Amino acid sequence: MDLDLMVSSFPKLLNATLVTLKLLSFSLIFGLILGLFFAILRLNKNIFLNKFSYFYSYVFRGTPLLVQIFIIYFGLGQIEFLRSSFIWIILKEPYWCAIIAFSLNTGAYTSEILRSAFETINKGFIEAGDSLGISKKIIFYKIQIPIAIRQSLPAYGNEIILMLKGTSLASTVTLMDLTGVAKYIISTTFKPIEVFIVAGGIYLFMTFIIHNFIRYLEKKYSY
Amino acid sequence: MDLLALGNNGWGDELFFATLMTIAVSITAMIIGFCFALIFTPLKLSKNKFLNFLGNSYTTIIRGVPELLVIYLLFFGGSGAVMYVASIFGYNKYIEINAFITGSFAIGIISGAYSTEVFRGAIQSIDKGQFEASKVLGLKKPIYFLKVIMPQMLRLAVPNLSNVWQITLKDTSLISVTGLVEIMRQSYIAAGSTRDPLFFYSFAAVLYLLLTFLSMKLINRLENKYRRGY
Repeated sequence: MDLDLMVSSFPKLLNATLVTLKLLSFSLIFGLILGLFFAILRLNKNIFLNKFSYFYSYVFRGTPLLVQIFIIYFGLGQIEFLRSSFIWIILKEPYWCAIIAFSLNTGAYTSEILRSAFETINKGFIEAGDSLGISKKIIFYKIQIPIAIRQSLPAYGNEIILMLKGTSLASTVTLMDLTGVAKYIISTTFKPIEVFIVAGGIYLFMTFIIHNFIRYLEKKYSY
Repeated sequence: MDLLALGNNGWGDELFFATLMTIAVSITAMIIGFCFALIFTPLKLSKNKFLNFLGNSYTTIIRGVPELLVIYLLFFGGSGAVMYVASIFGYNKYIEINAFITGSFAIGIISGAYSTEVFRGAIQSIDKGQFEASKVLGLKKPIYFLKVIMPQMLRLAVPNLSNVWQITLKDTSLISVTGLVEIMRQSYIAAGSTRDPLFFYSFAAVLYLLLTFLSMKLINRLENKYRRGY
C-alpha cells in the first residue's frame, strides 16, 4: 500500500470528478427531455410515430454505449456535409460528442421507464378528471405527468447511477474525467490498487448520495 | 460491401471471428459470474453479520464503480497479483496473463454482482411455507435445495438473468481497451486502416443488435420452459 500516492492523487481525482459531474448533469437533463418526448411518442396511437420511438429505444438499449460514442465521435466526422456545416463546431469537441451519446443513451432508457410509468397509472384518475370536465391537456400535465414521475423515481434513480458509471466511457474519447485521470495515474505509477481505492471510493460516494437523494424524494412524494 | 469481403481483401472474416470472440467472452464471463454468485448469494442471505457484510460489500462496490475502472484494475493489477501469489510458492519469473482471461474475469466479476442480486431476490421471494413443509416432510437440506428451492428460484430468476446476460454482452465491448480482439477492437483496427470509421462502428452496432436480438429469442424459449405449470 502506497499511502503517499493515495493522498497525492486525491486532489487530481477530485478535480476530474468535476468533469464527470458536468458530463452527468448535462446528459441527464438532455436525456430526460428526450426520454419524455419519446415516451409520449410511444403512447401515441399513430403507428409510424410509435414504431419510430420503439426503434429508437431498441437500438440504443441493444448496443453498447462504447459503440454509440465511437460512431458519434469518430464516425460522424466522416460525413462531408456535417464537416462543412455549423454543427461541426459541436461535433469536433469530444466533450459534446460524449454528451450527445450519453443523452441519446439515457434518453432511450428513460423513455422506457416513463412509458411503463404512464401505462401503469390507474385509469380511475384519468376518468375522475374526465368526469370533472377537466380538459385532456390539463389532465396530462397535472395528473398523468406528476404520477408518472413519482412512479418512475426508483427506476430512474437506478438509471442515474448507471449513467454515472457510463460517463467513465468519456475517457475513451480523450476526455480526462475521473476514470480517465485514474487510468493515467495507474499507467504512470503502476499502482492500480491504490488508485482504484481512491477513484472507486469517490464513485461509491456519489452513488451513495444519489441513492439517498432518490430515497428522500420517494418518501417526500409518496401517497 | 467490398469492405466486408472475406479473405485478405476485406474485413468480413475478421469481423466474423471477432463476433465469435465476443460470444465466447460473454459466455465465459457469465459462467464466472455464476461462480461468484454461488459464493456470494449465500453470504448475502447469511445471518452472520460479518459474512453478510462481505456479501453486501461485493455487490455494492462492483455495482457502484464503473466497469471500465474494474477492467483497468485487473488489466494493470492482474499479472502483479498472480506474480505475487506465484512468488509465495517460489516462482519468480514474469507471468503475463492472457487478455481473454483478464477480460472474462473482469466482466465475470461485474456480471457476478448482478447475478448475486438476482438470485438473492429470487430466493427471498420463495414462500416460507415451502421451507416449513419440507422440514415437516423430513427432507434433507441438499434435496430440499435441489428439488424444492431450485426449480422455483429458476422460474423467478430466468427473466432477470436475461437482463444480466444483455448487460454482460454489452460490457464485453469495454474489454477492447485491453487489446482483446472482439467486435469493438476489430472494428477499431478496421476503421483505422480503411479510414472508414462510420461504416465499421455502425456495422459493430448492427452485430451487437443481432446478438442481443438472437439471445432474447433463445431466452424466451427458456423462460417458457421454466414457466411450465404456472
